[in-house]
Amino acid sequence: MTNPSSIASRVPAGRNRASATSVAARVAWVMVVGVFLCFFALPIAWMLLAPTRSDAGIVHGAPFTFGSLDDLAASWRHLYDFQSHAIVTWVGNSALYSFSALAITLVTAVPAGYALATTRFRGRVALLTATLMVMLMPNATLVLPLYLEMNALGLDGSRLSVILPLSFFPFGVYLTYIYYSTTVSGDLLDAARMDGASEWTVFRRIALPLARPVVALVAFFSFVESWNNFFLPFVMLPDSEQYPAQVGLNTLLTASPMFNSSSGISEILRPELALAALLTSIPVLIVFLFSQRALVSGMTAGATKE
Amino acid sequence: MVATGTPQARVGASRPGIRAAKPRGRRVGSGRVGYLFVAGYTILLLLFGVAPVAYALWLSVTNSSGQLVGLGNFTRVFADYRFGPVFAHIGLYLVLWLISLMVLVVTLALMLHGRLKRTSAVVRFLCYLPGAFAGASSVLIWLILLDPVASPIGPVLRAVGWSSAAQVVAPENLPVIFMIIAFWTGAGSWIVIMYGALNGIPHEVIEAARIDGAGALQIALRIQLPMLRKWIAYMLILAFAGGAQLFVEPQLVGTASFGQVPDDWSPNQLSYQYAFVAADFNGAAAIAVVLLVLSLGCAAAAVFKAGLFERGHS
Repeated sequence: MTNPSSIASRVPAGRNRASATSVAARVAWVMVVGVFLCFFALPIAWMLLAPTRSDAGIVHGAPFTFGSLDDLAASWRHLYDFQSHAIVTWVGNSALYSFSALAITLVTAVPAGYALATTRFRGRVALLTATLMVMLMPNATLVLPLYLEMNALGLDGSRLSVILPLSFFPFGVYLTYIYYSTTVSGDLLDAARMDGASEWTVFRRIALPLARPVVALVAFFSFVESWNNFFLPFVMLPDSEQYPAQVGLNTLLTASPMFNSSSGISEILRPELALAALLTSIPVLIVFLFSQRALVSGMTAGATKE
Repeated sequence: MVATGTPQARVGASRPGIRAAKPRGRRVGSGRVGYLFVAGYTILLLLFGVAPVAYALWLSVTNSSGQLVGLGNFTRVFADYRFGPVFAHIGLYLVLWLISLMVLVVTLALMLHGRLKRTSAVVRFLCYLPGAFAGASSVLIWLILLDPVASPIGPVLRAVGWSSAAQVVAPENLPVIFMIIAFWTGAGSWIVIMYGALNGIPHEVIEAARIDGAGALQIALRIQLPMLRKWIAYMLILAFAGGAQLFVEPQLVGTASFGQVPDDWSPNQLSYQYAFVAADFNGAAAIAVVLLVLSLGCAAAAVFKAGLFERGHS
């Protein structure tokens, strides 16, 4: 990956005395970083290769080798046949829940962030503080209280009991608030108001078209959080037909004889589990491939330096 | 600004605080319109943020017939023989998780900073990618990878005395296993963020120290580390809050542990057991309230103490 001699040649001429220790330091650097790289990357490589092998091949064969397309087809067939293509249902449910929640999030969060940044009203600081607090609380905190509430309302077990709580996304409001506070000039909005535009027109014609970058950012975060949420649907939904992919993986694991000697005969072994983990993560993986930069800007939004 | 420009530019850039960000201009939108714009979000906040908390609080101080019982539910769940162990489990896990996060994330960010730009970017990306598998997928993968029979690192596992899957998922190993999974999925994004924060340190400061003869280690310890302090605090607070809520990992490992790991390993699982197995909603609410207080405390610390969200002075 890195060639020590080419690194050493970059050391400034004035430091030649130290070049021996410098090379040693660089070698140590490569080794430490290499170990961590293996830790982070090899499980993914393994996950990509495992579905192409048979279970016996994984146990007895050399690690990190490609099996065959036949074995990949067999893994897929076993997975697809599980509870009459439940995997497709689960991924479909995940998509339904994530996109519905995302739509409601965008419709509510963008106007809210805009108003918090550009208008003044009673309760504004309280609303912002509440948003900040809830945003920093782990989302698992509210799951059981939400279940108790939904149970009292008789809504538990319905798809809405998952979609509606997921669509409450204070982080999205906060990101939009920061975006409008820092980017959109108050003078621009004022000029439009002076020209007689109504508040709605100002928002619709000026603020909304400017919001595209922050909408993408909010969408990224909301989608990933909804898609990867396990606890909320696990608690709310009793029926396998309604499970999203994350909860479906739990069903697969329970059915697999790999880890439960008590479970009946099942074709769900290591290649099928790896394939399921991979397939159900692909949408988030795609988002991740394009969003490293967005992640930093999101996580650091609102932070100030002394 | 948020989605454009470089991350470096954003970290450490001045941000408006809640109070500091007063609407600019002579005329600002009138209050009534403001209410309309925030109405949808406020309804969601009330229904799915405030109401569940209020209802859980109410349930935690009443009994199943709706009579006030004071702190009865709390003393009852505190006396449960499972209550101590679940917090002991989570406490041990949190110690391991926070230490590994603090030491390794900061070390890696420092090592990656200022070296071989292209290589460093690739390494950061690969560290961050496993985050896409957060949740059930990561648990599934690590359950297989830590099974000595099939693992590519089987010999290593056997060397540390883990020779069968059942031995690996023995209860005493769980804090370490959850730490590994959490680190695999969660450390990368913090490495990326710490790296961004390091870029926020003015170049002249580092250069001046270098001219004065400071080595990389001294620069790291004397300059970079103190300047990262806020970010480290922020990371630890959020990691603590998130770690205390552990649910999916012990739940999945529990189903795959050949019956060794009980269904009530973490506090959230215990609360779940109260609600679903014992149908004791008041007890479940009491545990949920304890966890809620913990989370709120962390959130308040992050907002008011860590100093990252500058609230300004009115």
